[in-house]
Amino acid sequence: MNRVFLRLFKAIDAAGDWYDRQRGDGFALYGLVFTLFVVAIVLGLFTYVSIAGFPRLGTRFFTGFASRIPEQAGILPAFLGTLWVMALVFLISFPLGVAAGIHLERYVSQRRLARLLEVNITNLAGIPSIVYGLLGLQFFVRGLALGESILAASLTLSMMVLPLVIVATREALRMVPGSVTEAAYALGATKWQTIWYHALPLAFPGIISGVLLAVTRAIGEAAPLLVIGAVAFVPFVPASVFDYFTVLPVQIFFWATKPQSSFLINASAAILVLLALTLLLNLLAVRIRERWHKRIES
Amino acid sequence: MFKIEVRDVHFWYGNSEVLHRIDLSMAPKTVTALIGPSGCGKSTLLRVLNRMNELIPGSRLSGEVFIDGRSIYTPDVDVYELRKRVGMVFQKPNPFPKSIYENVAFGLRIKGINHRSFIDEKVERTLRQVFLWEEVKDKLHKPALALSGGQQQRLCIARALAVEPSILLMDEPASSLDPISTAKLEELIYELKQTYTIVLVTHNMQQASRTSDRTAFLYKGNLIEYADTATFFTNPSSQSTQDYITGRFRTEG
Ligand SMILES: Nc1ncnc2c1ncn2[C@@H]1O[C@H](COP(=O)(O)OP(=O)(O)OP(=O)(O)O)[C@@H](O)[C@H]1O
Ligand SMILES: [Mg+2]
Repeated sequence: MNRVFLRLFKAIDAAGDWYDRQRGDGFALYGLVFTLFVVAIVLGLFTYVSIAGFPRLGTRFFTGFASRIPEQAGILPAFLGTLWVMALVFLISFPLGVAAGIHLERYVSQRRLARLLEVNITNLAGIPSIVYGLLGLQFFVRGLALGESILAASLTLSMMVLPLVIVATREALRMVPGSVTEAAYALGATKWQTIWYHALPLAFPGIISGVLLAVTRAIGEAAPLLVIGAVAFVPFVPASVFDYFTVLPVQIFFWATKPQSSFLINASAAILVLLALTLLLNLLAVRIRERWHKRIES
Repeated sequence: MFKIEVRDVHFWYGNSEVLHRIDLSMAPKTVTALIGPSGCGKSTLLRVLNRMNELIPGSRLSGEVFIDGRSIYTPDVDVYELRKRVGMVFQKPNPFPKSIYENVAFGLRIKGINHRSFIDEKVERTLRQVFLWEEVKDKLHKPALALSGGQQQRLCIARALAVEPSILLMDEPASSLDPISTAKLEELIYELKQTYTIVLVTHNMQQASRTSDRTAFLYKGNLIEYADTATFFTNPSSQSTQDYITGRFRTEG
């Protein structure tokens, strides 16, 4: 195996040298090769999932509940569960994360404390998601007695993505030109007025991108939710945040681990739905940013 | 009574003392020019007057500054109120990345004024004050950053005036302007003097002599000479002032 790789690298190296002689930029070729490699993998996966899952995407699939018969199973509870989680994670992580970000960036005056907190938050972002699942189980499900509910799941996921929002907020605030802040102070604006009228509007596109990224991350998670007790069969449409729940990734997990291969078709179809949601969130982020820039410029 | 009194002020950035024993008083409705070689502490002295220096971590001041007879460095002073009374214009025009209108309105909004027609009126009045109204009245809601440098600087002055200060600190306001904009600005300073007490930092000797009533020469953080502008330029008492204004000055080290 190693030999094969070695040969491959040598071949690429030689190609690079040749390209160097032709055009004078070997690195561009390396870049191109590896980019194409990654793109090919992603496209391959996507094609595979599409071919497998697409035929299943009918009304029944969207309006059906879990079932023992793959052709009759649907994602309605999982889809609605994901929408609930999406909305709740947004509503929880946005204000909390932005507030924490503002505080850390503009209000913590002791350098050492700020450093310490910064390191900790960066580390938090790197903790495996399943650990958050355990935290959620102990703290939200049992401690606060929220049970295995949508709310407990959303709180758990919010804790998990909070570092993303905080870091995005801080970075966006750091990009605000110092001259703007200084000008506001010189007019007699308080710290809060300076932040509210100038820093936040300028930082908003960066912040909203961070929040939507965080939400995207949250709706793709299965592991922590399995830990806190997402269930495979939800025979009703969730109507409140205290209901039992399932979400798309959990549903996908359950289907993918079933022995019957026709459930894999269901899993693929559900993956397509999840991908579409993710794409939608990203488009939304782009739209909001564009709108905002227009607003600021006029 | 003096409008501004600086008494025995020393100022440090970290461990380096950049202002040494400054004593300086300014009468109401006068223009005082601060001149001196680069790095001598002009901006620092200016920012001591509205406590903008406090924003720099590790900076420290001793001595006292009185504005309208009241010390501005005592703990009971509301620094935000102080800065509303002592407006400031920066070297580089720095309008907010918002509309022309919002730039001027901001000073009112932070005072809690939200009355639409009141703000409209105030925006027009201050823009007229800086002779900008005719140029921008049709594009009030267009971005301020689309204006020319000279227009931006006048907008920044209007923005400061909207807060209704009685003192205006200007840190080389003409340094990035062309001669025509500079002439307009000097005219404006002359007009503003009827209402405001102005402290003007400038590198331009002619500008100092044209616009100011009194001139102060700072060198390496020391106040070398402070006199009537006419006297200052025709009959300076110190040799280094003489050297500086005639351009024979050498900054050593
Ligand atoms: N934020 C700061 N931290 C540390 N030292 C500073 C800071 N700002 C200024 N200094 C130092 O203080 C001294 C005075 O600076 P200041 O900006 O007041 O000079 P200036 O007379 O305004 O110069 P210029 O004409 O170039 O604007 C300089 O030696 C400068 O290096
Ligand atoms: Mg300066």
